[in-house]
Amino acid sequence: MTGMRAVGILSRFATTRTYVNYEVKDDVAVIRINDPNSKVNTLSAQMQSEMTQVMNEVWANGAVRSAVLISSKPGCFIAGADINMIEACQTEEDVTAISQEGQKMFEKVAKSPIPIIAAINGSCLGGGLEFAIACQYRVATKSKKTILGTPEVMLGLLPGAGGTQRLPKMVGLPAAFDMMLTGRNLSADKAKKMGLIHHLVHPLGPGLKQPEGRTIEYLEEVAVGLAKGVASGTVPVKPQKRIMQKIQDYIMGIPLVRQQIYKTVGKKVAKQTKGLYPAPLKIIEAVQAGLEKGSEVGYVVESQNFGKLAMTTESKALVGIYHGQVTCKKNRFGTPEKEVTKLAVLGAGLMGAGIAQVTVNRGVGTILKDTSEVALSRGQQQVYNGFNEMTKKKRITAFERDTSMSSLSPQLDYSGFDKVDMVIEAVFEDMDLKHKVLKDVEAVISPHCVFATNTSALPIKDIAAVSKRPEKVIGMHYFSPVEKMQLLEIITTDKTSKDTTASAVAVGLKQGKVVIVVKDGPGFYTTRCLATMMAEAVRALQEGMGPKKLDSVTTSFGFPVGAATLLDEVGIDVGTHVAEYLSKAFGPRFGGGDIEVMKAMLEKGFKGRKSGKGCFIYEKGSKKKKVNPGVEEIVKKFKLAIPASVSSDLDLQFRLVSRFVNEAVMCLQEGILSGPVEGDIGAVFGLGFPPCHGGPFWFVDSFGADNLVQKMRKFEEVYGNQFTPCQLLLDHAKDSSKKFHK
Amino acid sequence: MALMLMKSVRNSPVTSSWLINIQLSNSLCGFFFPGFSKKGQPKSKKTLAKSGVKNIVLVEGVRTPFLMAGTTYNDLMPHDLARASLQGLLTKTGLPKDAVEYLVFGTVIQEVKTSNVAREAALGAGFSDKIPAHTVTMACISSNQAMTTAVGLIAAGQCDTVVAGGVEFMSDVPIRHSRKMRKIMLSLNKAKTFGQRMALLGKMRLSHFAPELPAVAEFSTGETMGHSADRLAAAFGVTRLEQDEFAFRSHNFAKKAQDAGFLSDVLSISVPGKGMVSKDNGIRPSSLDQMAKLKPAFIKPHGTVTAANSSFLTDGASSTLIMSEEKALAMGFKPKAYLRDFVFVSQDPKDQLLLGPTYSTSKILEKTGLTLADIDVLEFHEAFAGQIMANLKAMDSDWFAQTYVGKKSKVGSVPMEKLNTWGGSLSLGHPFGATGCRLVTTTAHRLRKEGGQYGLVAACAAGGQGHAMIVEAYPQ
Repeated sequence: MTGMRAVGILSRFATTRTYVNYEVKDDVAVIRINDPNSKVNTLSAQMQSEMTQVMNEVWANGAVRSAVLISSKPGCFIAGADINMIEACQTEEDVTAISQEGQKMFEKVAKSPIPIIAAINGSCLGGGLEFAIACQYRVATKSKKTILGTPEVMLGLLPGAGGTQRLPKMVGLPAAFDMMLTGRNLSADKAKKMGLIHHLVHPLGPGLKQPEGRTIEYLEEVAVGLAKGVASGTVPVKPQKRIMQKIQDYIMGIPLVRQQIYKTVGKKVAKQTKGLYPAPLKIIEAVQAGLEKGSEVGYVVESQNFGKLAMTTESKALVGIYHGQVTCKKNRFGTPEKEVTKLAVLGAGLMGAGIAQVTVNRGVGTILKDTSEVALSRGQQQVYNGFNEMTKKKRITAFERDTSMSSLSPQLDYSGFDKVDMVIEAVFEDMDLKHKVLKDVEAVISPHCVFATNTSALPIKDIAAVSKRPEKVIGMHYFSPVEKMQLLEIITTDKTSKDTTASAVAVGLKQGKVVIVVKDGPGFYTTRCLATMMAEAVRALQEGMGPKKLDSVTTSFGFPVGAATLLDEVGIDVGTHVAEYLSKAFGPRFGGGDIEVMKAMLEKGFKGRKSGKGCFIYEKGSKKKKVNPGVEEIVKKFKLAIPASVSSDLDLQFRLVSRFVNEAVMCLQEGILSGPVEGDIGAVFGLGFPPCHGGPFWFVDSFGADNLVQKMRKFEEVYGNQFTPCQLLLDHAKDSSKKFHK
Repeated sequence: MALMLMKSVRNSPVTSSWLINIQLSNSLCGFFFPGFSKKGQPKSKKTLAKSGVKNIVLVEGVRTPFLMAGTTYNDLMPHDLARASLQGLLTKTGLPKDAVEYLVFGTVIQEVKTSNVAREAALGAGFSDKIPAHTVTMACISSNQAMTTAVGLIAAGQCDTVVAGGVEFMSDVPIRHSRKMRKIMLSLNKAKTFGQRMALLGKMRLSHFAPELPAVAEFSTGETMGHSADRLAAAFGVTRLEQDEFAFRSHNFAKKAQDAGFLSDVLSISVPGKGMVSKDNGIRPSSLDQMAKLKPAFIKPHGTVTAANSSFLTDGASSTLIMSEEKALAMGFKPKAYLRDFVFVSQDPKDQLLLGPTYSTSKILEKTGLTLADIDVLEFHEAFAGQIMANLKAMDSDWFAQTYVGKKSKVGSVPMEKLNTWGGSLSLGHPFGATGCRLVTTTAHRLRKEGGQYGLVAACAAGGQGHAMIVEAYPQ
């Protein structure tokens, strides 16, 4: 009788559940997850509570001998824990409690009396992966959308629901460290080879239903079959390990070897993070605790470290970047009236060819035009080499490479330009040339075609001045190398139409870029920020700081590339060009180092990396960078005395950073930037601003505007108005409740 | 004289030639009074003859017995099989060798020594060296392509008498040295001095000796055909049992047809050192229980395509004699069927690799204005039982027709009693390059035997291609 009532209650629960449901097929409980309010499934509080209810019901059901866990959402198994849930926590203890809850839930899954089969289609990340590896068996579709990984480290966190404990046992210590410390995604194939999943199912094509839906059904059918097999013992749950894996497992069984690994990995992490990112070390700590002191201790360390990490500024900054990136992957200008299906790139140089590569990669027919056969052929080779590298790394097939290449039409004339929807010019940064090109192009394109200009500093409105249709002219500032740098800075003038902007953003997103849209002005946003820092770097050189010193103070702040190396990467010629131009536009505020230093370098042919010599000497095959003695000589000629009050390493670091940050804030103040989020994303993805500081605006918030102003005032006394804090920064310094990010 | 008259008949409106027709020949009756099918309901169209277009006929079709690869034909070469089928065709028709104006053969895996196998076989079979020959390739529809090439040559007025055939020899396939090894060997040719030669030989590594095997895999996707068939079956929800049942049916029908002597296109050929071969050797009626025991061959362990419900690697050759009707009649032949209309189609080589029959059937029916109900004999190429079942389901789905084929409604439910009733590629065997001729010849023979008017041939092929042809019975 009570049993009957219990069933009644249970069935009432079943009808109110919206995230997790289950049905029993033969003796297999098929548990389906689907967050009705989102494109992806996350382990939110409600998802977890419904999951717990369902699991308890399944376990209580005597007729069920095994279970299948599957998502009904196409392209997503479980994309991870709910970040908002962690962000909402006020204290370390709260976060630790969340972690412990997850640990407990997955521990129950791992100790389940019946086998649970995780059937994975789509992203299986973070908490989703931890859930999956707690199950007894994993089957996944071999779809491109199926990715597995532990990206927590990229948010400054660690896998906090048993991941640091289970993963090393499952894939071995080295592979587990690799996954958790890099946060990189694994394809289903790779995961199978590593022993992370047992079985692969190939996605299906057209049939009697939509392929995606049918593939999920098929995965379920296969998983149900496997579940029965696992329950009856005919399907082994221990993945077959290759000999190499067995040997590795044996070696890892030796405590001394493990100690050595912790040490080596720790050292490597310290070197790479320069102590700026706490998460990797905490991951190593949790893994080590589990393996050396038993899983009970391991779980405690894992959850406590998780709590600690969640409260760090680094983690908050990284989470901020994550949110920002999501924002900048959307087109806030809406869908353009006409989708760009054919595009032309003018100039087959490094930039032009790079733009062409990322465009044809998405199947958009692309004309690559240059004026000389030699330049065109070089550009074409660059695109081919780019794809060939991807082929060698098995990211695409040789066939995909070939079809992408056939979307590229290299040519020397303007034929076919009447059919393109957008022209992106990437010719040399010279106003007269840009004007000529714009006029030539406008004579041949159709009225709807957008003209985008790729420039790092020239104001778009000046370029557009000769246009007959300025509403169709826009700036698209790519970063070199285009196929690797994620940022695209789009610049609109007062006359640029909204549809033109929407079209440019849509193209950028199609090219896989993170897009920020800024207002027109000399140097726009990114170049302006960078130019101030570079001017300061040149001054530091004159003050006798060697290029190596300059690099080390910037990288120790968290920049991936040091200031001197960056100067070489950008190119001394380009740098000089931009610096001269911006000094003219902004006056002495953009001064600092003497421009003549750079000109002297150019005279000697030190153009930076591309000419083999810049601040450093670059030799093919040699990774060691030697300081260029020629530069040291030049610098001596322009030597400046360094005032003792601003000569420490920390001072130098802040001289570089504060000018960068101040300029960023000024861009927001002037309305060049539409908001701090785009400012942070632009600086992090385009200029390598340290992610651990979250971007210039995050940095002001966390470091304190008042602290920054104080530092700047000190520099201002010595160097003058280059260090005058802008009004917006002063406002924030005055009122500590003012924050760029709420 | 008769020839001239017939030309005028063909080119003039049907009714006005009424009298001449009667005087000319009884056998021309079919031209003017087609559709006198003893079977089925009235047709949507009485004939597919078109005014102003030549009638092209299948005079005869023959084939060598289809044998499992590695059996009796083991020591032959591809052109030997092709030659045997040509000689058989000559014997059966009594056609003078010099009456043939052109030869076309289809083949898939080429023996590099005889890459134009049509020419080698023709010379070997004693055809005049003045008769040109070429070889075509289009995967499993290669000999269909050979036949339609013949149709094209005749329709264009280039020829009146063409032999079209196909051959495949899987007992021996070209296995190559690795690319690196080939590179060294080719450089060796150019090396002039002893030192240069030694330097090249010094570059050889053990790994270079690993050979390169041909695979029945798509070049563009790298997926083997069996794997794709398994996914296709799953996409259409075709069960293992359905597949086994279809394969079982194929073997049983083939056995019955073989025993009843229906397979009259099969020649008896003499294999040097082995004796006479006169029967297909892949027909093995088994039981569903036996078949159920097999493990999946491609997708393990949950796949449904097994060795028993797939076609097997086969050696064989087939030949057909295709002529303009007037020439055939003038030479005193009694044609077997009209080759009326055909289409080739192609689609995504990954997910729709084997759906050719669905697309081609839909297209040919629309093109000719016929419906499935008009078709008396269906001969579909059976690459895999799962592939056939998937195609049957696709043709019977409005959703599929609307979503993928771009048609308002489905082709319809294929009547099983008309489909492959004398067996198919699953049981008779499937020499890639030779199957097309077998399908067409069988259709003609079945139309005769069963008294139907229209026959439909359809096949899928690697590369995501497909073919369909309408064969119309020649009045008896």
